[in-house]
Amino acid sequence: MTSTESLLDRRQMAYIAAQASDARVNVELETEGMTLNIGPQHPATHGTLRIIARLDGEQVVWAEPSCGYMHRGYEKLTEVRTYPQVTALINRIDWLGSFANEVPFILAAEKLMGIEAPPRAQWIRTILFELSRIANVSLFLGDLGVQLGAVTPVFMAFRDREYVLNLIEGATGGRFHPNFDRIGGLKDDLPAGFIDETRVVMKKLRNFCDEMENLLFGNEIFQSRTRGIGVIPKDIALQYGLSGANLRASGVDWDLRRDQSLPMAWDKIDWKVWTHPDGDSFARCWIRLQEVRESTRIVDQLLDGIPSGPVMAKVPRIIKVPEGEAWVSTENPLGEMGYYVVSKGELGPFRTKIRSASFNNISIVPWVLKGVYVPDIITILASLYFILGDIDR
Amino acid sequence: MSSDAPVAEIPGDTRRDRIVDDLRGHLGASLVDSLVKPGDDVWVRVEASAWRRAGEILRHEMGFDYFCFLSAIDWLPSPYGKGEDDPTEPPPERDDTIRQGYAGGQTRLQLLARVVSSTDHIGVNVKCDVADADPSVESWIPVYAGANWHERETHEMFGIGFTGHPDLRNMYLPTEFEGHPLRKDFPLLARMVKPWPGIVDVEPLPGGGDDEEGEGE
Repeated sequence: MTSTESLLDRRQMAYIAAQASDARVNVELETEGMTLNIGPQHPATHGTLRIIARLDGEQVVWAEPSCGYMHRGYEKLTEVRTYPQVTALINRIDWLGSFANEVPFILAAEKLMGIEAPPRAQWIRTILFELSRIANVSLFLGDLGVQLGAVTPVFMAFRDREYVLNLIEGATGGRFHPNFDRIGGLKDDLPAGFIDETRVVMKKLRNFCDEMENLLFGNEIFQSRTRGIGVIPKDIALQYGLSGANLRASGVDWDLRRDQSLPMAWDKIDWKVWTHPDGDSFARCWIRLQEVRESTRIVDQLLDGIPSGPVMAKVPRIIKVPEGEAWVSTENPLGEMGYYVVSKGELGPFRTKIRSASFNNISIVPWVLKGVYVPDIITILASLYFILGDIDR
Repeated sequence: MSSDAPVAEIPGDTRRDRIVDDLRGHLGASLVDSLVKPGDDVWVRVEASAWRRAGEILRHEMGFDYFCFLSAIDWLPSPYGKGEDDPTEPPPERDDTIRQGYAGGQTRLQLLARVVSSTDHIGVNVKCDVADADPSVESWIPVYAGANWHERETHEMFGIGFTGHPDLRNMYLPTEFEGHPLRKDFPLLARMVKPWPGIVDVEPLPGGGDDEEGEGE
């Protein structure tokens, strides 16, 4: 173990030395600056994000993402909808892990109403939440390969994500936008055979993680393109409000599933929060890989202990949420996703502030891209992992 | 959480009360109002002149190192309701009294920010009244660098200025866009031209449920 560690250290040191000598050369051969436009339609932008980078030779002097190509005004739209209708909207914020978007909003509404979903609903919610995470992050792992020039992983990722989407579809009826969570519980119980099939799929996903670890993370090219690239120190990460895997990759041991008390089932089982001290692109990707694997373990444990009972609490058919304000956030696939819901005792929210993870995660881009080389822009953007709908809302 | 509520709630209470006391110790009368919900959350309201100072104290003195979000609330009840009116009819009478939420307030527009401590995982919601005539406070960027984009968004959506912000360009909308869309008096045009039938989405079950009252509200 120690020999590999020192080897990596040496490799990292060599990289830093090479960068430093390059920087010296650049000072000597000062070139005329140029502006490079990446996107809005670039495969690395997961949608339509435009990065404007000012370059000096191969180095970025200044970079700024330009958002708004997909702004849909959800915060305004929630004000003209009823609470049950809002879930259909917020499904579309992070479209790869839709079910996870619904949960914090529903929990906020339940908090204002002073009700709690029955235990069975809480467990099924947690299972579907983790399935969303697996579907979302496994696609990230495949996409990561494509952006770094490895084509195979994305096919494997799409193949294995399909199993998870089938499970979500079987339970909720929707592959991408389940709209399954209700105030007071869930729309339906799990279908017959769900538990057995989920176990099989979880085994497949663990294999997928092993494959990814061997194919991608063990690959020397991958390592040299991600190690030491885009290092974000702990205090900077916290200041910018980075969350989720990006924050844990900077060495902050903080997971909202563990560190707050929510009416969900995470505290009933045994699992581990992964952190990494490096804060570089490799750490961010590695944390996500471990989290998919951990999620499969979480789902397996949850399947063992689903309590019996109803999946819906007694709620009036017309839902009026009492006056008040509530903030609930959960650890979504992309990071902390929260809703600040202001209610005036009406059928719909008075104001909803949607705190989405990618907005904060991407706001660090101008800081982290300063001084990197052009190919590393893609590496860093890929490792920060964002979904456009989650930035623009 | 029912199982560990007795454990979590009692220390949570005193911790949140202490946050308010600490902040009042630093800010004095600039901390106008506060509200602690035991085991849940804490709200404080500071004066606009102390907005930056409150951020500095929270970050440097009290350990709230994680910047969660910054936004605003427009407390004016919407003059358009939920946009469900028939445009051919005269608009109905609506209550237009402004009632602020937790930790009170005097103005229509209020800033709202949330910062969290990364060590003990407790958050604080900081509110601040901003004057209607010239809604503007000092920027939080020197305190929390991540406030940059949030302030741009708030400026664009609510028209609140942040002095000291280097670049208050629009985040989402075109530069020449007029108005501040998240203000309540900004109409949602799609709803203005065509009545929306979706406001009542509850239909009685064919068999008839036991709690059907309130139908068609």
